[in-house]
Amino acid sequence: MRRGASTEPDPYSFGSRPYDLVKEFVIALVAVIVLTVVLAAAFSSPDVKPMTIASWATSDPGDFTATALTELDGSSATAGYGPPYNSAAPGQQLGPLHIARMAGVTHPIDTVDAFVLKPLDSVPQSPDVTAAITAWKAAGADQQAAWTSAYSDALDKAGGDPAKVAPGAYGPVPLMLAQLLNQAQAGSLEGQLMSENGFYHSDYTLPLMFLADGSDMAAEAQTQHLAGTQWGMMNEVNNFPGQPWLAPYTFWYQISPYKTSGNGDVLVWGTMGLVGAALLFLPFIPGLRSIPRVVPVYRLIWREHYRRQAAKT
Amino acid sequence: MTDLIEQTSPPEPMPDPEPAGGWTGALRRRIFETLPPEKLLPDTQPAYVASWIYVFGVLSLTAFLTVVGTGTVLALKGAAWWHVSGTGHFVNSLHLWSVELFMTFMSVHLIAKFFMAAWRGKRAMTWITGVLALGVSAFTALTGYLIQQNFDSQWIATQAKDGLNSIGVGAYFNTMDYGQMLIWHVALLPLVASVIVIWHILLVRRRGVVPPPALRGDASASGSASAPASASAQEVEA
Repeated sequence: MRRGASTEPDPYSFGSRPYDLVKEFVIALVAVIVLTVVLAAAFSSPDVKPMTIASWATSDPGDFTATALTELDGSSATAGYGPPYNSAAPGQQLGPLHIARMAGVTHPIDTVDAFVLKPLDSVPQSPDVTAAITAWKAAGADQQAAWTSAYSDALDKAGGDPAKVAPGAYGPVPLMLAQLLNQAQAGSLEGQLMSENGFYHSDYTLPLMFLADGSDMAAEAQTQHLAGTQWGMMNEVNNFPGQPWLAPYTFWYQISPYKTSGNGDVLVWGTMGLVGAALLFLPFIPGLRSIPRVVPVYRLIWREHYRRQAAKT
Repeated sequence: MTDLIEQTSPPEPMPDPEPAGGWTGALRRRIFETLPPEKLLPDTQPAYVASWIYVFGVLSLTAFLTVVGTGTVLALKGAAWWHVSGTGHFVNSLHLWSVELFMTFMSVHLIAKFFMAAWRGKRAMTWITGVLALGVSAFTALTGYLIQQNFDSQWIATQAKDGLNSIGVGAYFNTMDYGQMLIWHVALLPLVASVIVIWHILLVRRRGVVPPPALRGDASASGSASAPASASAQEVEA
């Protein structure tokens, strides 16, 4: 349809009918409130309790210890993330643009310090743990890497169970991680991670990043069909309606190259940026703005009008 | 219904009761000229407005008000209230379902307006503000999910951050910062959404409901003989 802005007929030139705008508004408001109350009473709303570091460490100490080890040896997702948390990776790339890198490291996270050393340092420790922490800090990077590598291999051989790890040259690593596990199971690690930001707490970045580096949170999300490959972005726990309006966004994550590319997120955002701009400026885009005449739904919407016009002629 | 329809002239704008000088007078004249009371609160509407599809506009508006109302109760009682109170949980359910209705009504409204090519006749900004309202509402809903304080919030925060980080937004908008998300959800985004919705409604009232396009070869369908209609410009190119 062409816009024909300057020649648009006045709406009232087609005739008019009585209309009570306020009455229509009040009726619609009452109807929506009643419908909302009925839906809320019938279906309620979901509230699955949050996963805590304590529950994770208690139910799956092996996964917690393995995750803490990746924080210590720098192999966790957070440690290798890149901006805005660190410079370990360049961030995703859209063509020649490294947008994330251009935005910079605004929330710096040193995983060794943030997830292991600071929590251990924040409480009084037994002499052997204190000695282990001191030994770790005094060691060079090569020595630390040798300890964590050896312990990682041993943990794999033990099936992920730290209690079954054979003796070896792991330096202070087992003792540090065992104490961190103790603090996590006791429920104090969350508070210690939060208190790194000061007295008032409203930023859950550290505990959430730690939880997300483990595998239990993703497993729970998979169970609740919230994973990205399950169109999870638009889903909700327990089969409640989630955000179906995100279907056009999560759709791209289901197809190649978006789902296989290392730059998948920025590709999806770039695509959605184009789609969004096309929708926003649709009145000015030749071709797209003509779709309504090709799919003449308007004839159905205004069928009474056209019927009247036909009767007149 | 047909006998109710009459050929009328558009409502005459009311004259400015007290023409005055100065900036205030100029602003008042501008408001009266742009949006006279007859357009703002009309008691007639064009005859072609005779489909249930038009209901989705006012349904979107009333659902939006229901969302704001239920959200205000949750905000007044505090973020954790709905986890420890049966009444709070019910209010949270009202908030959730009003959001679902709001987004559904608005989506249907937008799709209908697309097929009506409702941007015709200097109504492009009406379309743009409508699309913006949908986008801002979706973003507001995301922040709502982030402040639920449950597993949903945890998972969505850790997943949504990746997309936002990839385009640099995460450097300034941290989905895992509960305090930041709470303020965005209860203050900043509702304010933005309200401004856009009000702007959209005023544009609708100012321009009126978009008329049906003339069918090809039917010049008479473009309004009354006195209307400044052009069949060729309004024609639906079949």
